[in-house]
Amino acid sequence: MTLSRRLGPLPTHLAVIALVLVWTIPTLATIVNSFRPPAAISSSGWWTAFVPPFAFTLENYDRVLNSNNMAASFVNSLTIAIPATVIPIAVAAFAAYAFAWMSFPFRNTLFLLIVALLVVPLQMTLIPVLQAYQAIGVTGTFLAVWLAHTGYGLPFSIYLLRNFFGALPRDLFEASALDGAGTLTTFFRLVLPLSVPAMASLAIFQFLWVWNDLLVALIFLGGQPSVAPMTVTVSNLVNSLGQDWQRLTAAAFISTSLPLVVFLFLQRYFVRGLLAGSVKG
Amino acid sequence: MIDRIPQIAAAIVLPLAGLLGYIFVAEWLVGRTPARMRPRLRPWLWVGPALAFVGFFLVAPTIETIWLSFKNATSEAFVGVDNYVAIASDAGVVIAIRNNVLWIVLFTGAVLLAGLLIAILADRVPYESPAKSFIFLPQAMSFVAAGVIWKFMYAYQPPGIEQTGTLNAIVTTFGGEPHPWLIEPGNNVALIAVAVWAWAGFATVILSAALKGIPIELLEASRVDGANELTVFRRITFPLLLPTITVVATTLIIFALKAFDVVYVMTGGNFDTDVIALRMYKELFNVRNFGRASATAVVLLIGIIPVLLFNLRRFRSQEAIR
Repeated sequence: MTLSRRLGPLPTHLAVIALVLVWTIPTLATIVNSFRPPAAISSSGWWTAFVPPFAFTLENYDRVLNSNNMAASFVNSLTIAIPATVIPIAVAAFAAYAFAWMSFPFRNTLFLLIVALLVVPLQMTLIPVLQAYQAIGVTGTFLAVWLAHTGYGLPFSIYLLRNFFGALPRDLFEASALDGAGTLTTFFRLVLPLSVPAMASLAIFQFLWVWNDLLVALIFLGGQPSVAPMTVTVSNLVNSLGQDWQRLTAAAFISTSLPLVVFLFLQRYFVRGLLAGSVKG
Repeated sequence: MIDRIPQIAAAIVLPLAGLLGYIFVAEWLVGRTPARMRPRLRPWLWVGPALAFVGFFLVAPTIETIWLSFKNATSEAFVGVDNYVAIASDAGVVIAIRNNVLWIVLFTGAVLLAGLLIAILADRVPYESPAKSFIFLPQAMSFVAAGVIWKFMYAYQPPGIEQTGTLNAIVTTFGGEPHPWLIEPGNNVALIAVAVWAWAGFATVILSAALKGIPIELLEASRVDGANELTVFRRITFPLLLPTITVVATTLIIFALKAFDVVYVMTGGNFDTDVIALRMYKELFNVRNFGRASATAVVLLIGIIPVLLFNLRRFRSQEAIR
């Protein structure tokens, strides 16, 4: 095979590189800007940073972390996202096991309901849940969002895990039953260990979904800065920074740092999750 | 940070311990019952917690919201279809619905087109995987971050002043007039472009996987028969990709119907860019009219029902094959 044939025609290369550039430049521009002095951001474009004088600074990060609540919000985002990932997956795993390997009346109807709920807009649920929360006084607490994200994350989690559990070979379960293993043993010794890849995909999905969520946090945390995750804080900064809007570059980058790390190291699992069930509601 | 660790740890350990405790106690109790009862009792204990959550957070609220949409602002009195009548005659809502239609058509179309194009082109270069990673990267970001990033792309300075926004800098370099992308008509397209940028990677990854599933022999055979690349795409690749394209399209349509974050962050729904989900939020938090907020949510649900039915049908036919 000749070199030109192996590399493909030049137009294809140019097109792919152009597309990659178009998709990368917005992020790159923000990252470059975030390290420039505020005065420079508002008077010249990010591309001028690459000619002398190379004036780079951490001022935006310093300001936004220390005076705009971003450090606290980062911790709030973690506080919300970790339990809101673990709890729904555990609850979903029990249910998915029953849906995949036990027979009970209305099983198919109930699972069809789960499939339907995948696409029901959250907006349909906000008012009654908010009223219930207000009645028991949990609005504005982490508990409120943990529980809400569990409820909202369940249809997708059950759907994905049930499909995965259901695809495990029946022989394994028969052998396990012959060995005298009970339901619990089969679940914890057989199903869970075999499902680690599916659980990993799901965990990444749910974590990023909660981390990037704005709506649920806006509604159930009631805009209190002390519990606000980064999405809420950054979107407030968009309106409130005024003269200091340059700091938004640093704020946006901080809020994206963790998802980017997750993405860089766990992209394989993320993609697998996408392919397994592309119907998240 | 340090002082929060016990709280996070407790929020992980306690529910997990609770759930483990629950399932062990449940199984122990099942073990106490007569043997013929066990298979009937057991499944309900395993699906129980999930059904409770789904019932409380999704099923009951959805029904209640439909109920509330026929009541007044404070949910105290029945008003029949008044909320729906009020919505239908509200110019703001009409614009929001128009915008959502625009979102569905342009967003879905553009993401599919971009995804298909990138998947096919990247398939022919040796650096396919890093190229796709770059396209996919924005998918990991929040729309809040994407909105901020694109606010800087769309930044506008009056003519004559140095442009700091990438887009206007390009426009003025080629002798054009700087354009206030987010304010003047066409701004809906500017918002949709942000979402397309964020979602193209999703379509690329899925379509690319489907593309790899097409047998090479099939493509080679038609090339040997003298078909050019365009014919091969139209007659073989596209028809074989169609089922996958449909699945991706349903996901995109659902997203377009529920579009909220991008608009909330970038324009707040001003300058004729409002969408239904944002109107619902405003009715709920700014106006505090529960009746109209519920009715607005129901409009969203009605929009989603065709997709929902399509998904159920597709799921049923998949199950039939299993």
